[in-house]
Amino acid sequence: MSFINYSSREINCKIVYYGPGLCGKTTNLQYIYNKTNPETKGKLISLSTETDRTLFFDFLPLSLGEIRGFKTRFHLYTVPGQVFYDASRKLILKGVDGVVFVADSQVERMEANIESMENLRVNLQDQGYDLNKIPFVVQYNKRDLPNAVSEDELRKVLNPRKVPDYPAVAPTGVGVFDTLKSVAKLVLTELKKGGA
Amino acid sequence: MASQLVMYEEEFHRINGVCDRLTKDANAKVVFLVDKNGQLISAAGQTHNIDTTSLASLTAGNVAAMGGLAKLIGENEFPNQFHEGAKDSLYMTLVGGRVVLVVIFDNRTSLGLVRLRIKKATEELEKIFAALAARSAAPGAGSPFAEISDADIDNLFSE
Ligand SMILES: Nc1nc2c(ncn2[C@@H]2O[C@H](COP(=O)(O)OP(=O)(O)OP(=O)(O)O)[C@@H](O)[C@H]2O)c(=O)[nH]1
Ligand SMILES: [Mg+2]
Repeated sequence: MSFINYSSREINCKIVYYGPGLCGKTTNLQYIYNKTNPETKGKLISLSTETDRTLFFDFLPLSLGEIRGFKTRFHLYTVPGQVFYDASRKLILKGVDGVVFVADSQVERMEANIESMENLRVNLQDQGYDLNKIPFVVQYNKRDLPNAVSEDELRKVLNPRKVPDYPAVAPTGVGVFDTLKSVAKLVLTELKKGGA
Repeated sequence: MASQLVMYEEEFHRINGVCDRLTKDANAKVVFLVDKNGQLISAAGQTHNIDTTSLASLTAGNVAAMGGLAKLIGENEFPNQFHEGAKDSLYMTLVGGRVVLVVIFDNRTSLGLVRLRIKKATEELEKIFAALAARSAAPGAGSPFAEISDADIDNLFSE
């Protein structure tokens, strides 16, 4: 649910990074944070455990520039991927405008990917959203690891709807901005259509 | 699906006015108004050394978590929260189920006075947000972005 302010001429949108534990959601935000100009970003807030697992969420506000005199701001959130934090994941999806599903390409994480995707579908439904309609992109992360499943295989299992998808290596930034731009674009296009 | 929040000039000025007045009447340091989804709507008082964007997001996270807890024990919501610090304290109030009023104050005022002034401000804010909701739902209030083109969107990402 975007927030449009005619008075300050701003438009704010919320994007959520979803996916199984340790798939690289927080790493995506850290990379974006490290690579953007100080003027365009706010603080990266991470509510995490002592072992750097996301406990509630990470949050990064970003400005992407102006469209017809409106400043466009994106609020990026990650959810905690660990299965038992489901209540928190639900809360973070409230008011979401676009979702990035970060998949872990490693063969032993296939089941976790599938479970997390199903969990996303159910939690979105609880909030009144339909995964088949919401602006949505998929990222196949950890392409650098030797035990990575082929992209085709991942696509078959995780992206039957054929939404935009990107191979990625989040720590070095491969695919990170492609993913972000793609979902941001889908969100703005949806706004243009008068959705939300 | 929840409808999007749209803010217009007139209501925006009225909201800012309420927050300004609350800051003075309650003798508070800062007053914030935050959308439940974490977007900052208004800020008044000594905001210069506070990261308002982070504050808005953490407020929303906190209210969401407390709302979840409330439901677990059979309450609908906890409409008021008070957090007392060594120097500064913080009071959060839900307004119209949609936004959160945050007041930060120190010992130059009292919890009693702050509460009293919040009550009055909340009533005024509820009226303004009801007016906003009516305006957004009015026929002809289509997407304000219908006129942007695909090229406008592409331009944002070209560099
Ligand atoms: N080799 C490799 N390691 C990665 C990649 N992406 C992330 N990692 C590592 O995987 C670990 C977990 O990454 P996080 O970003 O914390 O994972 P997360 O999805 O936020 O995990 P939760 O917060 O528990 O949900 C870290 O040690 C990262 O450095 C990648 O593309 N390749
Ligand atoms: Mg994380």
